[in-house]
Amino acid sequence: MNRQISRLALVALILLSALIVATTYWQTWAPGSLAAKQDNEIQRVAQFQIRRGLIYASDGKTVLAANRAVKHGNQTLYFRRYPTHGFASQTVGYSTQGRSRAGIERDQNAYLTASNANLGTIFDKLTDNLKGTTVTGNNLILNLRPGVQKIAETALQGKCGAAVMLNPKTGAVYVMASSPSYDPNKINSDKGYASILRSPSACPGSTSALLNRATQGLYPPGSTFKTVTAAAALDSGKFKEDSPFYDPGYCVEYGKRVSNAGNPEAPETFGHVDFLQAYEHSINAVFCNIGMRLGARAVIDEAKDFGFYSEPPIELPSSSVEPSGEYRFENGGLRLFDDAGQMDPGRLAFGQDKLLVTPLQMALVAAGVANGGTIMEPHLVKKVTAPGGSKTVAKTKPKVWKHAMKPSTAATLNKMMQAVITGGTATGVQIPGITWAGKTGTAETNENGVYDAWFIFFAPADHPRVAGAVVVEHSVGGFGGAVAAPIAKQLVQAILPATSK
Amino acid sequence: MGARPLIALRPRNRELLYLLPVGILTGTGFASVYIARQSFVSWGSLGYALFFLALYVAAHFVARFAVPAADPYLLPMTGVLTAIGVTEIYRLGPDDAFKQGLWIVVGVGLFALALIGLRRDYRLLENYKYLFGIAAIGLLFLPRVPGLGTTVNGARLWVRVGPVQFQPGEFAKIFLIVFLAAYLREKRETLAQARLKDVGPLLLIWGGCMLTLVSSNDLGSALLYYGIFLSMLYVATARLSFVVVGIALFVAGGIGAYQKVPHVKERVTIWLHPWTTHTVYCPLTGTKTLRQDCQSYQLVKSLYSIANGHYGGTGLGKGTFNTTSGKPLIPYINTDFIYSALAQEIGLIGAAALLLVFMLFVARGMKVALQADDGFSKLLAAGLTFGFALQTFIIVGGVLRVIPLTGITLPFVSYGGSSVVANFVLLAGLLLVSHRANSQ
Repeated sequence: MNRQISRLALVALILLSALIVATTYWQTWAPGSLAAKQDNEIQRVAQFQIRRGLIYASDGKTVLAANRAVKHGNQTLYFRRYPTHGFASQTVGYSTQGRSRAGIERDQNAYLTASNANLGTIFDKLTDNLKGTTVTGNNLILNLRPGVQKIAETALQGKCGAAVMLNPKTGAVYVMASSPSYDPNKINSDKGYASILRSPSACPGSTSALLNRATQGLYPPGSTFKTVTAAAALDSGKFKEDSPFYDPGYCVEYGKRVSNAGNPEAPETFGHVDFLQAYEHSINAVFCNIGMRLGARAVIDEAKDFGFYSEPPIELPSSSVEPSGEYRFENGGLRLFDDAGQMDPGRLAFGQDKLLVTPLQMALVAAGVANGGTIMEPHLVKKVTAPGGSKTVAKTKPKVWKHAMKPSTAATLNKMMQAVITGGTATGVQIPGITWAGKTGTAETNENGVYDAWFIFFAPADHPRVAGAVVVEHSVGGFGGAVAAPIAKQLVQAILPATSK
Repeated sequence: MGARPLIALRPRNRELLYLLPVGILTGTGFASVYIARQSFVSWGSLGYALFFLALYVAAHFVARFAVPAADPYLLPMTGVLTAIGVTEIYRLGPDDAFKQGLWIVVGVGLFALALIGLRRDYRLLENYKYLFGIAAIGLLFLPRVPGLGTTVNGARLWVRVGPVQFQPGEFAKIFLIVFLAAYLREKRETLAQARLKDVGPLLLIWGGCMLTLVSSNDLGSALLYYGIFLSMLYVATARLSFVVVGIALFVAGGIGAYQKVPHVKERVTIWLHPWTTHTVYCPLTGTKTLRQDCQSYQLVKSLYSIANGHYGGTGLGKGTFNTTSGKPLIPYINTDFIYSALAQEIGLIGAAALLLVFMLFVARGMKVALQADDGFSKLLAAGLTFGFALQTFIIVGGVLRVIPLTGITLPFVSYGGSSVVANFVLLAGLLLVSHRANSQ
């Protein structure tokens, strides 16, 4: 019988070995795909056993995201609470049970849950685990200035739009506001979520408050784009600050008239002007002709040097940062396209055609001019500190993102943008004692007489400390200089004394 | 010429030595649960480790007296398995661990009684083989007696007498093995000729198992008894054709049951397609839901639990077994799904080590069968060991989606009095055979 017993032993051991193989499969190959399953609550629970790091505004005191400990039987879970009830809500984002995560909460999840690869964090987490204490994430200190951000949000209240303001030399983002806003504490309840999803009355038909209009709102840039066209013109060497033009009130493209702003039957007409005046007064006809001379290719290539056609490298999930550029409907959605043959160079030059841009990108255009042609990477996070806040885990260093134009071009554009405020389309927003620079934009929308009002700016003009962009959607009959520029003025006035310290 | 051990120890001294790491392991296990869950458990948990060690030392002294020449590895391995089980049960619910501890005491008591009572010659059991056979069948049908049986987890396996609930199937398994060992030892020559009239009992047992399967919705036990029967038949007769025919019959019966019995069909469907992307009819709620939210809920949640362990596990006491609102994620976690709980907390390294202990136990058990020198002893040891291995395979394989999942306990590890006590009797059987084989 021994032969049979040996064989039986072999069968038994093979059966049990199969269990080791199967266990190996489930614990090494499968976890990735199982963790992604909708009904895998373990993953959801596990993330709430970690005490997430806190998120602070730039002062290191204003808490934007904190925790609420809840004891359930024999486990303690930590849920998020947002004490400011909607300060920079789309930017800070949320981390909840039902709706996962968004914004910085999502992008910086590794730091916030102490699962980043920083050696100190790994050690702290390991000792937490060994000691059996709750793993505590790293804290984030953002660049957002609580006071100025608040002013931006108040100014945008009741409107749809966005404001971005950053330091052109370091890329530190001081303001990132998107309106309408929402209270992230409401996200988790179905009722609260539904109320957030409701379409805002200020801009009917547009998407909800969850959209971060500053980084994913796509708007026609209107005349603010003339800054990019002007940079292309100056960089090309074909045009100078004093290049002469004649404006009959329209330009002729494809055998048809393209009129200046205002009533198409009787457009405003400037006659003989130079390049600076054409920019200062935002003359479409002149830029239309410049665009046709340069060609769409050259203008788009210049735009790419400013960062168009790529996502600005900011600390937000890629899904909530859109690239700017020419868009068209394709396969049931808006898609970027880069085929210059399909573009209208005249209209492109003054920011219409099929151009769609984000406020962040336009703020970076202004920042590029302000910083002598170099665009820095925009950063929301100032630094990461260890739990308790005493030790700095990581600090964001300024980093060059794009070389947008020649320094001489930036210097000329700086002058041109100052002229807009001193004697052009934005004379209404002069600030006593501060020379600053800007460019208005009044972009046509699908509706007649309804515009997206823009203003891009930097201040002070000689030693820029801030640069930014403001857009107000669905502004009925309102021009950029009258609607968006005053908000920019408030922001500049609010921050300049503070930054000059 | 085998290599001589560095220090030649007598088997029982060796056993005592091996109990030392068991004590250390148990202490470490309880200590880590204590550390991880300080706010929920007390230092008293370490008392469990001490109590455990004392219990096994007592069992060791009984073995020293009754079966001095028996295999020295089986008892310490049992110690490891029960310690791992009680530690995890303690982590899941300290109250259950206390009850499990009591059952282990009862198990060790019965183990001692069996060793002492049968130490002279256990082979006298052969004389009562039909008594064992009838008792096995009686126990199997006990849960179906109205008023006695209760249905747990869809299968009618439990008997409730007053406050005590037990699974007679666990004892039926051992009685069946004793009966088969005696019966096959006697009839092996005639059976080996494979005449049609001798195949009768084979068909009878096949029918019995199929009946169990169909009437009690218990695919796991049917597979277990049938597997034990076939394996012992093969050891006794050396005829592979019996096994082939037997498996063919089982498959045929299984296919028939799949088509005719809704419960069996459901089990197989769950096994093949636990996740659906469209909603299917859910008999529990009467509505249409995704299968992972209804029929395959347990299996899927158990797989998530296992997957969450990765290589190293979350650590004892640090696994996730409750939802964010505090509800348990996996039903029957300390019985049928103890392996998914363990796999999450001790990871692949720990789970593989646990399975290796099971494999070592099986290897030692089979060695006992090889060393025994009479047919009854060989068949008994092989049957007990294979039954132990097959039961492990059925429950762990079910949890791991290797085979359709059916509720059955993991020997020595799962929470459950009948299972622990029955398995201690199984251990006593192996030690008795081993002692006899080694002392001649």
